[in-house]
Parts: sequence; C-alpha cells; structure tokens
Amino acid sequence: MTASASLPTRLLPSASLGNGVSDRLRKKASRHVKERIIESLLFSAAAFSVFVTVAIVYVLVKESWVFFQVVPLSDFLFDTQWTPLFDDAHYGIMVLLSGTLTSSGVALLVAIPLGTIIAIYLSEFAGFKVREIAKPFLELLGGVPTIVYGYFALTFLTPILQKIYPDLPGFNLLSAGLVMGIMIIPYVASLSEDAMRAVPMALREGSYAMGATRLQTALWVVTPAATSGIASAYILGISRAVGETMILAVAAGMQPNLTFNPTEPGATITSYIVQVALGDLPHGSIGYQTIFAAGLTLLLMTLAFNLLGYWLRKRFREVY
Amino acid sequence: MVNAADPNAIRAVRAIIARAKRWDLFFSLLGILSLMVGVLTFCVLFLDMAIQGVPRLDLDFFTSFPSRRAANAGILSAWVGTVLVMAVTALAAVPLGVAAGVYLEEYAPKNWITDIIEINISNLAGIPSIVYGLLALGLFVYYFGFGQSILSAGLTLALLILPVIIVATREAIRAIPQSIHEGSYACGATTWQTVRDHILPYSSAGILTGVIIGMARAIGETAPIITIGALTFIAFLPTAPFSGEPPAGLFDWIFAPFTVMPIQMFNWTSRPEAAFTVNAAAAGFVLVFMTLAMNGLAIYVRYRLRKNIKW
Repeated sequence: MTASASLPTRLLPSASLGNGVSDRLRKKASRHVKERIIESLLFSAAAFSVFVTVAIVYVLVKESWVFFQVVPLSDFLFDTQWTPLFDDAHYGIMVLLSGTLTSSGVALLVAIPLGTIIAIYLSEFAGFKVREIAKPFLELLGGVPTIVYGYFALTFLTPILQKIYPDLPGFNLLSAGLVMGIMIIPYVASLSEDAMRAVPMALREGSYAMGATRLQTALWVVTPAATSGIASAYILGISRAVGETMILAVAAGMQPNLTFNPTEPGATITSYIVQVALGDLPHGSIGYQTIFAAGLTLLLMTLAFNLLGYWLRKRFREVY
Repeated sequence: MVNAADPNAIRAVRAIIARAKRWDLFFSLLGILSLMVGVLTFCVLFLDMAIQGVPRLDLDFFTSFPSRRAANAGILSAWVGTVLVMAVTALAAVPLGVAAGVYLEEYAPKNWITDIIEINISNLAGIPSIVYGLLALGLFVYYFGFGQSILSAGLTLALLILPVIIVATREAIRAIPQSIHEGSYACGATTWQTVRDHILPYSSAGILTGVIIGMARAIGETAPIITIGALTFIAFLPTAPFSGEPPAGLFDWIFAPFTVMPIQMFNWTSRPEAAFTVNAAAAGFVLVFMTLAMNGLAIYVRYRLRKNIKW
C-alpha cells in the first residue's frame, strides 16, 4: 500500500525535483500544444482536397439544377439536336456525346494497341539502356501542351489525310482523334509497363524453364498476371480521351453534329464548353447553364470510368 | 514418345524452336516500330513547328502586343501573363500540396477519414481539366467575385496540379528509410521536428521534381483558363507587381485581366490567314520549348538524386 500511495508524488515533478527542471518540463507542454497546432494545419491542407471535390459537385449540380428546371431531362437525353444558342433551342446532349465517343474511339484505337505493345516491349524485351532513353522520351510526349497537338492535327495531319482521302473536310474528328491517340500512348504505356514490371521474376523464370520464349512468356504469363494494372491503364486512357479539350476545339470544328463517322466535323462536350466560354454569354442565362449541364455529364462519365477501374483493380488483382 | 535419336523428330523440334524465335524477333521489331511512332511524331511535330515558327522569332516578337496585323503581333502580354499566373499557382499549390503530402505520410492515422482523403486525391487526378475550369467559373469568378483575373486563373491551375504535387511529395518521403525517423525520435525529437529537420530536407529534391512537372503541365493548360473567360486580345500589361500605392495597391496585379501563352496560340491557330498560323507556330515553339526545358530539368534533378543518395 505504501508504494502506490507514494506514486503520485513521484509523478509530480515540482514536488520532488528542483524548479529548473519543472520549467523545462512545462516548456515541453507548450511544445505539445505547438505540435497539435501544426498537425491540425497539415490536416486541413489534406482535407482541402475533399473540399475541392465537394465544391466541384456543388457548383455543377447547382447550375445544372437551374438548367433542368427549364429543360426536362428527357429532352436533354433523347433530343437529337443541340442548338442551345438559337431561337429554336434544342438541348440534346446525345449530339455532343456522339462527337466525344467517336473521337475517343479513334484515339483509343491508336493508343491501346500501340501503348500495350510499347509496354510489353519495354518491360520484357528492351535492354536497360533502351528503357532509360525511351521512358523519359515518352514522358516528354505526354508533357507537350494539348493546344500544340491541336495545332499539329489541324495544320500537319489534316492536309496529309486530305491527300489520301480528298473529300475529308478541313475540320474532322479523325485527325483530332489520331493525334489524341498519340497523346494518350504515354499514359497507357507507362502505367501498363509499371504493372508488368511488378510481376515477380519467379513467374518469368518458371516460364523460361519450361522452354517458353520471351514472347510466349510475355503474352501468356506476364500479361495475364498484370491484367488489373493494364486494365486501369486503359481506363485512365479512356478518361483522358473523354476529357481532352483543346485538340478537338482546334482540329475537329465546333459544329454540333450527330454522327459516328470520324471523317465528319463535330463538337464534343468539352469543345462546346470552350466555344461558349469564348463568346460572352451573360452570367445566369440558360446558355451559361448549359455548359454546367454538359460539364456534369462529363464528370459523371469520368466518375463511372474511375469506379470501373477501381472495381477492375479489385476484381483482377493477383496477390503474390 | 519422341525418339531422341530419330533425326526427323529432332528436325521437327528445331523447326518449332526456330518458329518461336522468329516470332520473338518479329515482336521486338514491332515494339521498336511502335516506339518509333511515338518518338517520330514528337520529332515531326517539333521540327514542323520549328521550321515554320523559328524565322518569326526575334526580339520584337517577345516585346510586341498582339495586333490585327500578323507581322506586328507579338507575345508580350502572353508571356508576362503566363509568368504572373504561374507565380500565383506556385504560391498556392506548393505549400498546400507539400503540407497535405507530409500529413498523409507522417501524421495520418489509419482510419476512414484518411481513406476518404486518399481515394479523393486519386479521383481528383482523373477529373478532366475543363471541369476545374467550370468550378473556377462558378466559384472564383462569380461567387468569390475575383473576376476574370490573374488570381482566378492561378488558383484554378493550382487546384489542377495539387494532386501531382501531393503524390510527388508522398513518393519522395516514402523513399526515406524508416531508420531516419527512428533515429530522430530516439533523440527525443517531436514529429514536427523530425519533419522539419530530416524529412523535408531529404525529400526536397524529389518534391522539386514533382513541382516542376506540375508547373510544366500548368503552363500548357488552355481549357480551364478559357473556361473562366480569359480574354484573347490583351494589348496592355497588368500593373507591375508591388508597384501600386501600399497597402491595397501592392496587389492590384492579381486582379488584372490577362492572357497566357496557350490562349494566344489558340487565338492565332483559329484564324484563317496563313500569316497568323506562322505566329501560332512561333508561339507554339516557345511554349513547347518551355515545357521541354522544365521536363528536362525535372528528369535531370531526378537522375542526380538517384546518383547521389545512397542510404
């Protein structure tokens, strides 16, 4: 009993020790307060990113809400014309969606095969030196501003395509889509390669030991093992294609056009937003609100792709 | 059962091996070819722009305002605008991004709040840039009343590159071995003292790489800035920073209307006259040169980092 009774006095520094020590310990208490203040400051910086998401959803939903008070959702989804700035206004998002899907389709036809082949090559075939040079080069390709790609599509690729196919109009979804595909290659290639290199060496060695060649190992062992990573690389590529703006605004023309033919000009959701923002629509008008409704559609699409990617990663993840 | 001594069977096996090796070779060539598609496109793009644009680059081009006559037009207001917008972006995004990265690596407890923040950051990185433009239009331009100013544009781009900086900070911190933390704590340092005296100095090169890559991305972003309503024809400069009447006048420049390099290029690209296309090529060359220089710098910093640090 005596031992436990004397314990509290031993824990009280000022009672048992000199004054100098208690001062130093009190300073430690203030140090603790400072730590907590800093921690909460850093926490608010991290939590700020959540605020950004909330703000994006809030702004888009708020303005779209006003828009959908005027335009019924069924018109928005099923009307086959998009003429929000005319007297006879139609608000059929399908028209913009067709442009977005067509150009993204062309882009993915370029980016997915080339990106995958490059990833397999860099991960399984290329020597150390080739990889050290090629990877930064791909990064540079991904770092070129998209307005520059748009200029390239309009002034370089379109004239070349017109020589092959003379009926091609000056603005078309094909040339924009092709250049967009080249722009997306680095994203697909670099993420897929990371996924393939994460496959344990033992799997490859097992395959080689069975007498398989590099290509057989790459296609039948490494690629299946890296499916989840490769799938999320594709999903990222799709999101990039759907959200790309400037290439389409410059090279695809901005006339709304319900078509799935890439050799025609067309507007996409993104290029429509640019077109409206370039003009001076009064704040609060219905034309102003259309861009938020279009933006909300875009956000929902990319969100759906992100969720799909998340699900694929979970579903096909191989744990070693 | 293949008889090992049977010459036909051996020949058949050799044929299979030869065929498999041919496919291997074929795929190697296909890989190099695909890589070349990317590399060559980049070279053609760069050379095409250089051939068209470089003759147009002289001192006047950098010191003239845009003009109705292509030959007199220049990019003065555009590059000044880009520099000022980038300054606002860096001032907003770097402290916020590094602080968030440090929190997530050094402080964050394992709970649902941290999970939400992490999922949210990877989601933000996937949102198209034009959506950030719409956010800025609704929030900064109209709700906060910043107008179509340098401040609005700089903050928009800051939000856009925030995930890049957070991810780079976290990766740089994760590369520091646990023993550094433990050594510091063993000497009685608090978490913040450890972060300030060890974690931040050792990860600074990695963070710098991320910041440069983020800024290189921000410099070329066009869509969000067009969305907030930046003007395309600006024939004057904003008031020089910190030149106005203090205290309020010091920050006049952040509320000034502006244009930036990619918007100037977009404006020239969308004009039909060939002379303006040449201007667009010249502006594009300057823009690509700037992003290439920044990306090159980032690659160099990372390379030096990998060489110098041996834990």
